[in-house]
Amino acid sequence: MLLLAFDTATPAVTAALHDGERVLAESTVIDARRHGELLVPAVDRVLSTAGRALADVTGVVVGVGPGPYTGLRVGLVTAASFGDALGVPVHGVCTLDGLAWAAGEAGLEGPFTVATDARRKEVYWACYDGPAVRVTEPAVNRPADLPADVLALPAVGAGAALYPDAFTDRRPDPAHQSAGSLGALAAHRLAAGEAFAPALPLYLRRPDAQVPAGYKAVLPT
Amino acid sequence: MADEPLVLGIETSCDETGVGIVRGHTLLADAVASSVDEHARYGGVVPEVASRAHLEAMVPTIQRALKQAGVSAGDLDGIAVTAGPGLAGALLVGVSAAKAYAYALGKPLYGVNHLASHICVDQLEHGALPEPTMALLVSGGHSSLLLAPDITGDVRPLGATIDDAAGEAFDKVARVLGLGFPGGPAIDRHARDGDPAAIAFPRGLTGGRDPLYDFSFSGLKTAVARWVEARRRDGRDVPVADVAASFQEAVVDVLTRKAIRACKDNGVDHLMIGGGVAANSRLRSLALERCEGAGIRLRVPRPGLCTDNGAMVAALGAEMVARGRASSTFDLPADSSLPVTEVSVPGHTHDHVHEAARDNLHG
Ligand SMILES: [Zn+2]
Repeated sequence: MLLLAFDTATPAVTAALHDGERVLAESTVIDARRHGELLVPAVDRVLSTAGRALADVTGVVVGVGPGPYTGLRVGLVTAASFGDALGVPVHGVCTLDGLAWAAGEAGLEGPFTVATDARRKEVYWACYDGPAVRVTEPAVNRPADLPADVLALPAVGAGAALYPDAFTDRRPDPAHQSAGSLGALAAHRLAAGEAFAPALPLYLRRPDAQVPAGYKAVLPT
Repeated sequence: MADEPLVLGIETSCDETGVGIVRGHTLLADAVASSVDEHARYGGVVPEVASRAHLEAMVPTIQRALKQAGVSAGDLDGIAVTAGPGLAGALLVGVSAAKAYAYALGKPLYGVNHLASHICVDQLEHGALPEPTMALLVSGGHSSLLLAPDITGDVRPLGATIDDAAGEAFDKVARVLGLGFPGGPAIDRHARDGDPAAIAFPRGLTGGRDPLYDFSFSGLKTAVARWVEARRRDGRDVPVADVAASFQEAVVDVLTRKAIRACKDNGVDHLMIGGGVAANSRLRSLALERCEGAGIRLRVPRPGLCTDNGAMVAALGAEMVARGRASSTFDLPADSSLPVTEVSVPGHTHDHVHEAARDNLHG
């Protein structure tokens, strides 16, 4: 097994190779504005570092968000294109699940919350019962609007760090999404025979678009 | 001509997901998925709606094009993609897909200019472009007069609109007349039953001291709106066909007049017209009439190749391969305001990623 994992749904542009046992190589760059420029070079770098060929990859793992859309789409269209060009399956994994798995790797146990920055004073969030079990659907809300018991849980992710008044029990690790952790989670799911989400974006918001309010007259009325 | 370059082109700068495949000057496939219907109720293209549609349509449209062309992805000599100008988020979907396919297949990547592609597509219709080429590009996003001594490396802007694009004026006037979006085809249809001389609408930037090759359509659009509103205010019927025909005549009169002037001034004996507005039947007929009068050969691709499509990107990519132009690196950015003078976007760094791609692919 050789999984190529990447995620562009957060400010991290992260790519990794996972052989089913361990992470062979990982590249993570934090640059929220250049996902499109950095992703394929990052993939190239992890292949070089691991000394493996793209043709050896048996599956692509991609973070499906939720996350800001422009960056998110870079990962998803890249995954779909790799999957088609290489003839390998594409496994969609919720980006928050990757962070939860990384939190477990960092030693966090029991129930906790993962929150990332959704901009517009909102966070993308979900609750977990341990690193592999998500217990709520991913959602987007203002931190102050979350239930008190959710806010009281230990919390990881940039969304928690951004709103310390709301998330009172913040944990520092992981600070950012890691494709190594995403790949490790996918390997765990494959070994357990679990199904994957389709590699479709979790936008959680409708597009901003106003139906114009009729035609505006030019002549004074 | 199996030794001519086989190139796949991807275009996602606006609301069409276009994938074309060409071999040299021969069109093999032209697959398009449009999200135009999703934008109609907003009266214009909504960038986020377009970007979402591109993501959904990207891989299926590539698969459809390969099937249509009857070639396998491994046979390609290169993958070309619109790097700009266009909607940033929309461009990024196409650029990312092009990179992934090029990298995975071990093929060179060519990030090219959307406007130069609009010109180059005519090679699929009328064979090699003369050099230099004079081009008039008119669409909802652009109105430009371009002189192209070398379509793969030297495109010079002579003039452009200083306000609305020509296609935008069509959309806005169609809205004044209640004809829906997109406006171009509706105006064209109604104008056929109208009198183009019925109303004397203004011709922007045609005075003796105005810039020779620039355009302005904002004043015309306002003049049409004023005329129609005054008519409605007086409780009289609006003669839609006459308004459409007179407006359309004002637009194509200025476009063709300036284009022919540019040809004469620069000693170019042919004119290429591209972009969505080139599908307008009156623009085609008036351009033909005036070109014949001036001894200029007119080249206009069929309407399907004038609007945004992947074949035009593939056509420019194939020309780049044929002329041995530098390919792009895998850190190619999508540039929403890519100047027309940048026909392609070679890497800003050494081409090491592409070399590495070959190693990693075959290693
Ligand atoms: Zn165009």
